[in-house]
Amino acid sequence: MHSNKYTFIYAIGLSMLTAVILVLTSQQLKPLQEANLALDGKRSVLKSVLVTSDEDKVIEDSYNGSVEEIVLDSEGNVLEVQVEDVDMKREVAKDVSERQLPLYVYTEEDGSKSYIVPMRGVGLWGPVWGYMALEGDFNTIKGASFDHKGETPGLGAEITEPFFQVQFQGKKILDDNGDFASVNVLKSTMKSSIDSDNRVDAISGGTITSNGVDDMIKNCVAPYLTYFNKLKTN
Amino acid sequence: MAEEVAEIKEKKEPLFSKKNLQVLKDPLDDTNPVSVQVLGICSALAVTVQVKPAIIMTLGVLFVSAFSNLIISLLRKGIPGRVRIIVQLIVVATLVTIVDQVLKAFMFDVSKQLAVFVGLIITNCIIMGRLEAFALGQKPWPAFLDGVGNGLGYGLILIAVAVCRELFGAGSILGFQIIPDWAYEHGYVNNGLMVLPPAALFLIGVYIWIQRSRNQKLINVS
Repeated sequence: MHSNKYTFIYAIGLSMLTAVILVLTSQQLKPLQEANLALDGKRSVLKSVLVTSDEDKVIEDSYNGSVEEIVLDSEGNVLEVQVEDVDMKREVAKDVSERQLPLYVYTEEDGSKSYIVPMRGVGLWGPVWGYMALEGDFNTIKGASFDHKGETPGLGAEITEPFFQVQFQGKKILDDNGDFASVNVLKSTMKSSIDSDNRVDAISGGTITSNGVDDMIKNCVAPYLTYFNKLKTN
Repeated sequence: MAEEVAEIKEKKEPLFSKKNLQVLKDPLDDTNPVSVQVLGICSALAVTVQVKPAIIMTLGVLFVSAFSNLIISLLRKGIPGRVRIIVQLIVVATLVTIVDQVLKAFMFDVSKQLAVFVGLIITNCIIMGRLEAFALGQKPWPAFLDGVGNGLGYGLILIAVAVCRELFGAGSILGFQIIPDWAYEHGYVNNGLMVLPPAALFLIGVYIWIQRSRNQKLINVS
């Protein structure tokens, strides 16, 4: 039997040693991980306008060549802020009037533009996020991409699957009167008064994650309408 | 580290003596952690939709089980008995965190695919089970082999199940299409059930059935 003193010293010593090992690994690998994350963000932005590639270089080049990043305030004025400096997690929790709103403008080869809105919300187990691309009429959805931190594979995590994301293509965010109606993520069995242009089917078995996506779209897309209306009237 | 251990060991007993080979080979069949001891089933259900994540998960578990066994075995005389489970947990958690960080840095898409499961290697019963049952009482080299053996035994099931699921569920293996286009033209359809978690349970059941009909030792004669 080891003495109490020995047990304490042993436990503290082992904890310190493993802590040092973990700190060193984390520090060494951080630059690589951050580069991966940045590239993944670009990949998701392009995915929302239906541009995909497995090649990192292609993603990097087409992003740099065709995407313009801007940050807006709630009144639709362009701010002198870099997109990287905006912390989405903090922004979505603020009141709409105080938010900084990053926006990605994608220009196609024929000159037509898509406006990509970044979104962030909460799923069942952790954050969910995504990008929604609107066509030049600021109403029709060109595409959407979603991702998550720790939703259950096979259930909530299905929001990353093409069958879910492809539903958004061609849907509208405005109703017939031109008011914001969002795209509602609903159970397919639910008879709904919502027009089919403004709804998509939720994931079965992933209700809380689906609701999270629904709330996220409502919370994150609406604040951009001021800017979009400004562009429309010009 | 393994070589040093091997040198000390060699004087008494050959590196791959019959006993050591047994330690390495048994988990593949007679004492398989998944099909005989029914441990680690949860991750076997979840990461076997495709072969690639199954292989990566196998490598992750193999690495963690082999090295946690080795480290615990090296420390076994100094570990205070009253905190031994916590010590085991610290060692496993450290190794798993390293695997997770390395995947995030070098294989980002795989780390996204495995998502929570890498972190959950910590709770994989196989690993703690081997530490408690084997590594705490054995010399480092056999403990290392035991870890490798159990990792391989786990991986064997994972990959066998993943091959079936990807082949019949998506018509491909490792992303390469195996079932030819003409089969689809003549009315073949991918089996949608195969990509769902229950399929893994059926397949593991079938595996256990075949294994028991082949290996008489596993049949409970009481």
